[in-house]
Amino acid sequence: MKVLVPVKRVIDYNVKVRVKADGTGVDLANVKMSMNPFDEIAVEEAIRLKEAGKADEVVVVSIGVKQAQETLRTALAMGADRAILIIAADDVNTDIEPLAVAKLLAKVVEEEQPGLVVAGKQAIDNDMNATGQMLSALLGWSQATFASEVDIDGDKAVVTREVDGGLQTIKVNLPAIVTADLRLNEPRYATLPNIMKAKKKPLDEKTAADYGVDVTPRLEVVKTSEPAVRQAGIKVESVDELVTKLKEAGAI
Amino acid sequence: MAVLLLAEINDGVLSVDATAKAVSASTSLGDVTVLAVGATAADAAAEAAKIDGVAKVLVAEDALYSHRLAEPVATLMAALAADYSHIVAPATTDAKNILPRVAALLDVMVLSDVTAVVDADTFERPIYAGNAIQTVKSSDAKKVITFRTSTFDAAGEGGSAAVETIAAGDNPGLSEWVEDKVAESDRPELTSAKIVVSGGRGVGSEEDFAIIEKLADKLGAAVGASRAAVDSGFAPNDWQVGQTGKVVAPELYIAAGISGAIQHLAGMKDSKIIVAINKDEEAPIFQVADFGLVADLFEAVPALTEKL
Ligand SMILES: Cc1cc2nc3c(=O)[nH]c(=O)nc-3n(C[C@H](O)[C@H](O)[C@H](O)COP(=O)(O)OP(=O)(O)OC[C@H]3O[C@@H](n4cnc5c(N)ncnc54)[C@H](O)[C@@H]3O)c2cc1C
Repeated sequence: MKVLVPVKRVIDYNVKVRVKADGTGVDLANVKMSMNPFDEIAVEEAIRLKEAGKADEVVVVSIGVKQAQETLRTALAMGADRAILIIAADDVNTDIEPLAVAKLLAKVVEEEQPGLVVAGKQAIDNDMNATGQMLSALLGWSQATFASEVDIDGDKAVVTREVDGGLQTIKVNLPAIVTADLRLNEPRYATLPNIMKAKKKPLDEKTAADYGVDVTPRLEVVKTSEPAVRQAGIKVESVDELVTKLKEAGAI
Repeated sequence: MAVLLLAEINDGVLSVDATAKAVSASTSLGDVTVLAVGATAADAAAEAAKIDGVAKVLVAEDALYSHRLAEPVATLMAALAADYSHIVAPATTDAKNILPRVAALLDVMVLSDVTAVVDADTFERPIYAGNAIQTVKSSDAKKVITFRTSTFDAAGEGGSAAVETIAAGDNPGLSEWVEDKVAESDRPELTSAKIVVSGGRGVGSEEDFAIIEKLADKLGAAVGASRAAVDSGFAPNDWQVGQTGKVVAPELYIAAGISGAIQHLAGMKDSKIIVAINKDEEAPIFQVADFGLVADLFEAVPALTEKL
């Protein structure tokens, strides 16, 4: 079985994001970019399936700007076999919407015929939490989102999902889309020898036009603004003082 | 304009709070029709009919909809979509599983976690863990939206909408439910509690999380946790507060042994009053806390429980 994993290049999760003064977006100049953390978890899961003999090839695909090549190289260094880069924008400030990403991925799925797609549950830049579900709808496949455990069992996958009430386990027909939550696994770091080896792994470059997919956004960004800032309050010296302050504030 | 709103229903029981918040978020968009879907949904539909601002309730009851698997529910919603300009739900894990699927079936984008309605096409939503607020205008014929419940007040009671039974939709037959692991609790629900007491990595173990729970119980509060506390097995996943967990905005949020990473702040910084108990006076949580106490939580938390 082939496993396909979409990966996104985003601002590193440790970076303090700054809104541009003119309200046109967030500042991406000289900012550290990394693979979306949920996608790292997805890549790790796919590699583990291969190591466990449940998958025979891991193909990673990224959609966005040319620089997403670095993200794909990271995935290859972790252990993916092959990469596809779909260039859909020239400007690093352009975010390709989940619907367009899902349409492109659907085309890749048609070509590659994977038995499973493992995606991150959400990208930490647009926080949309949508691509996996949308891809699943376009393909008419089953979906198992927010996964904390995946077990391949013949032509089914048994997936435990993190939901508001706790955990839910479902059994889905393969092929399926699984989206990874935080506790699915702990992704490995790429070692130096593997980073060197990754440079020689195949990376195909395509454009959105090659697939005939229109990536024009449906949502026009009118403006981007700073959230309301919260002022730091005071430090209290003791538990007694805390209780007094909370009573004064009517909080208890 | 007309709104189709997916009611939040678990095992036949309506989540009144989440559903009523989504109703108040939607009333400016048109007449609100609530869709009650489940293996049993009639009682939930009757409850939903009482929410102020609900014009009509559709109820689809079928074994197919037990446990609200995404594929059959999305199929039903897409089939009903023709009559509505907006298809909405509270941003629960249930709706976040279903609505993007509905959107793709309709060939429109989804708007997740919307925090404000500007007009029928324009909405605000947080991006980058709430470090920026984006105002977006949709050019799609239909808008598919999940509303962040913590930013909307719940619509009141007093409505008496008509309830209409509709037929179940097609069964895509793609997935089946196996089991739920849901902890029973007498505590208030995390996302609607007036007070939340959360513990982080500083709590150190599952056993010691009891001191957080004791304080919560004294205050009649819900219990929350940081990702680190959940990852370490101190607390169950459904207690996680943050960018990728639950978003809460209670009257009072008490964070003990939590450093205040942006991903955690994303889930609680709209709380009315924030209290931080941390032994490190440099911890970033103090930058958002109204009342900060630099102390060892193992002394401060039991003392606080004692004194309340
Ligand atoms: C993609 C992604 C998504 C994430 N989503 C979330 C999310 O939804 N929610 C979330 O919370 N995090 C999330 N995180 C993780 C986040 O970045 C932090 O790692 C996490 O919040 C840290 O948890 P913590 O504050 O409990 O632990 P730490 O950062 O380790 O802080 C522990 C704190 O406890 C204090 N402490 C220790 N002992 C004591 C004591 N005896 N008394 C008092 N204080 C003590 C320490 O001084 C320290 O400040 C996410 C991260 C990523 C990459």
